[in-house]
Amino acid sequence: MSPAYAPLLEALTRLRGIRGAMVVAAQDGLVVAESLMGGVKGSALAAMAASLTGRATELSSRAGFGVPRFLHLQATDGSLLVAPASGDLVLVAVAGRDVPLGLLRLEMLRMAERLS
Amino acid sequence: MTEDIRALSAQYAADPSSLVFLRLGEALRQRGQLEAALKVALGGLARYPHLPDAHDLYARVLTDRHDFATAFDAWDTVLRLMPHHIGAHKGIGFLYYHAGEPQHALYHLRLAAELDPEDSGLRTAVERVAGGHEIWDTALPEAPPPREEEARAATVSGGEPFVGLEGARDRLLLVDQNGLRLGGGLAGPDGRDVSEEAAAILAGTTREASRAARLLELGEWTHLTLEGAEVGACLLNPTTDTSLLAAMDAGFPAGQLSFFAERAAKAARAWLERVR
Repeated sequence: MSPAYAPLLEALTRLRGIRGAMVVAAQDGLVVAESLMGGVKGSALAAMAASLTGRATELSSRAGFGVPRFLHLQATDGSLLVAPASGDLVLVAVAGRDVPLGLLRLEMLRMAERLS
Repeated sequence: MTEDIRALSAQYAADPSSLVFLRLGEALRQRGQLEAALKVALGGLARYPHLPDAHDLYARVLTDRHDFATAFDAWDTVLRLMPHHIGAHKGIGFLYYHAGEPQHALYHLRLAAELDPEDSGLRTAVERVAGGHEIWDTALPEAPPPREEEARAATVSGGEPFVGLEGARDRLLLVDQNGLRLGGGLAGPDGRDVSEEAAAILAGTTREASRAARLLELGEWTHLTLEGAEVGACLLNPTTDTSLLAAMDAGFPAGQLSFFAERAAKAARAWLERVR
């Protein structure tokens, strides 16, 4: 775990409705840093986020859309949000149903720019 | 006429959800402002995808633009929604006549004349197509074989599931669970057709999205949006065995993308019900 990312992740998890946030290595789905509420399985979240990001990036590339800068998986009971950062890192958040998605998106985009 | 257009434009601007787009689009078409008419027609169709008159307006504009194949599809859609739509029978009759198929033309024009016996212009047209015979002396020809119409529609429009929706051929893509394209199409930023390349991985991506939602205990997934620097895309499953991708320029408000995708999914479901 890298303590350098702790303040960033804690700021994110303070937002209403956020169950957890983490920094993940996109290539292998390993957890770099995490701030999770009880019940959220960090390794599963990291693996799924990395896998989905890989698929989405490939689709986006094949369609000529370029590298996605934000992914939002909406489900009936919550959301998975991913903001690819520089290098191999992605910022991941998992949220419940009633979250200010617009604000969360903006925060994650800002934070992803600061990740390195 | 200019004043009419101004007044109608003002009404449309004040309330874009009103049906005034039908009158504005027709006024623009009659004025020969076909690009503007097309924009109005497509805007109306996006709001009212099941309104026969919206498809009828779209077909008339397309006919004036000499896009007869897509116009045929649009009028075909009108007749599916409203089998006794006079304008659609007249339009398809004209297109058949234009294509050198007078018997099929006569069938639709006769039906239109029966629906509106007071239309003297239509009566004249029927008599001309019937070789000068008085209209009611002319026997109603057999209907064009449905399979022929289906085949024609399929041939002339790769984007049939999304007829009437903006981006039907280059921004909306429907695939089956094996990644085979069912309809629509996708163009890259340089205009190159990337439908097959995207189709090959689209179904797998939606499966991955579904798996992620389930494993992370987020419930059933509804959609996945990918936000790129220039293009945004929304993925969803219109049915359990199909996947859809809807793309919009990144300049559009992010919230509109899922609405656009939902409208396309609705059209895809209706189309799948028809063809299955």
